[in-house]
Amino acid sequence: MIIEGRELTIGYPDHTVGSGLNVALATGEVLALLGPNGGGKTTLLKTLLGLLKPKAGEVQLGGKPLSAYSIRERARVIAYVPQVHIGTFAFTVETVVLMGRTAHGGLFSRPSAHDREIAYAVLERFGIAALAARPYTMISGGERQLVLLARALAQEPQFIVLDEPTASLDFGNQGKVMNEIRALAKSGHGVLFTTHDPNHALRAADRAYLLREGTRIADGPVATVLNREQLEALYHASVDRLTDRESGAVAFLPG
Amino acid sequence: MKRSALPGFAIAIAVLIAGLLLAFTVGRYPVSLGDLFNVLLAKISGHRADVSPAVESVILQVRGPRVLAAALVGAALAVAGTAFQGLFRNPLVSPDILGASSGAALGAVIGIYFSLGVFAIQGFAFIGGLFAVAAVYVIGSAVRARDPILVLVLTGVVVGALLGAGVGLVKYLADPYNQLPAMTFWLLGSLSAANISDLLPLFGPVALGTAILIALRWRMNVMSLPEEEARALGVATGPLRVAIVAAATLTTSASVATAGIIGWVGLVVPHLSRSLVGPDFARLLPTAAILGGGYLLLIDTLARTMAQVEIPLGILTAAVGTPFFIWLLASMQRNWS
Repeated sequence: MIIEGRELTIGYPDHTVGSGLNVALATGEVLALLGPNGGGKTTLLKTLLGLLKPKAGEVQLGGKPLSAYSIRERARVIAYVPQVHIGTFAFTVETVVLMGRTAHGGLFSRPSAHDREIAYAVLERFGIAALAARPYTMISGGERQLVLLARALAQEPQFIVLDEPTASLDFGNQGKVMNEIRALAKSGHGVLFTTHDPNHALRAADRAYLLREGTRIADGPVATVLNREQLEALYHASVDRLTDRESGAVAFLPG
Repeated sequence: MKRSALPGFAIAIAVLIAGLLLAFTVGRYPVSLGDLFNVLLAKISGHRADVSPAVESVILQVRGPRVLAAALVGAALAVAGTAFQGLFRNPLVSPDILGASSGAALGAVIGIYFSLGVFAIQGFAFIGGLFAVAAVYVIGSAVRARDPILVLVLTGVVVGALLGAGVGLVKYLADPYNQLPAMTFWLLGSLSAANISDLLPLFGPVALGTAILIALRWRMNVMSLPEEEARALGVATGPLRVAIVAAATLTTSASVATAGIIGWVGLVVPHLSRSLVGPDFARLLPTAAILGGGYLLLIDTLARTMAQVEIPLGILTAAVGTPFFIWLLASMQRNWS
């Protein structure tokens, strides 16, 4: 299955953020969306999620216009992992993950035993089943990110879209989340995530899409797109490229 | 695995039972528990009770309707407050946030100004509440903004201020000897005039609104997440918000039409209920309804008995609610972002 934005003009009723954007993501691959703040990453992401209508162009999902899907049908195909937030009410981790099952139930129904099984399976998968009864407001930032990932997976979607999944995490948890992103692609999900760190894209993504001031700078396999010249053009800042002599792994440093 | 809600629920029921017993027995004409059970059993079984007619009349005619009205009004305000706090993702919100109370107040004072009957005044209050919220909703939706919730709340504040000015104008024009005291009394909230004929117009809307909200309990959990998240989880937030606002407004308007304006119940009780059974609306709504009923029964019993004259309910609920609100505000840091 493929989700595809064609000739998208994105933005809000009062202003346009970007135009002429073509993005495609297939199941089983990871696409990283990179670019400076205000460049349109989040706007593009929300447009692909169907949370924002494109001002021109069309988003297609599985060969059908995304707008032809109902909100519920859409939620069974695409899941959204927002930036980690604390939340207003102290729902338990279990309840938060069960909310991922909402699109599979009726208007008046509560999660079934089957829904609970799925919720526990995804909690196990991320190694956080022990947190099930804890209030979501009382766990660490890294744990919250995993809970939101678990909730997305509980939707049983084909695609998972993450908004800066590593932004508020410590070093170790950033690595953990990137590994989980790779694992999601391996289990057949299409993953799209935004990040401020090109190294995260190098690590976790197959392809990268570089966006500046609403315009595409480059897109393609990370190995070809993520190089010093492109990154300097993307961020308007100088970039150093480091190579590990033993493994050949590459990393970039700003400044 | 899951924290049991049973103890919290049991506490809410205990408060309701205590409220019922106190409301029936305490007062200028004390009634013993034995007489109370005698009369209630006799009423249920259809026999004649073995008590004096005066006691029977106090229980069935004088206190009975008032007790039921207090329980229903308390439940209605608590349920509406619970719904609005979830919908607006803010534990400091109360049922009159969208102008239901100020609309009802304007309706009622207009009714009193034109010297209408009790039913007409209640009807005006009910319609005033519904109209106010509908106006807030239409205006709020017409303003195209990125944060529809914030726009709705601000519109509620603005429309509420205008309606408040309207109430002030009617009071200014009113006859200071006949009408003004009635208006003031109504605006401060009271159940002293509650009688049998009030119960059906109160029960119907309250039961309907509460049933709708309880049916939507799981969706309401999801609705308490940020708007875009709820939509990404498959919830059509627009229509659902209309349904929740309509149901909560129905219960609020019905209770304001019966008892006048009683603040704070819809803020305090949902919060206490949340600390008893947690934030899941499946448990929270029934708990809030039961606790709200018990809470207002206790307050109303106090209002009847603590002084020579009856103290308006709104004054007592404010005296309890204000310190509670300040405490809540001070402890926010711990529990909410």
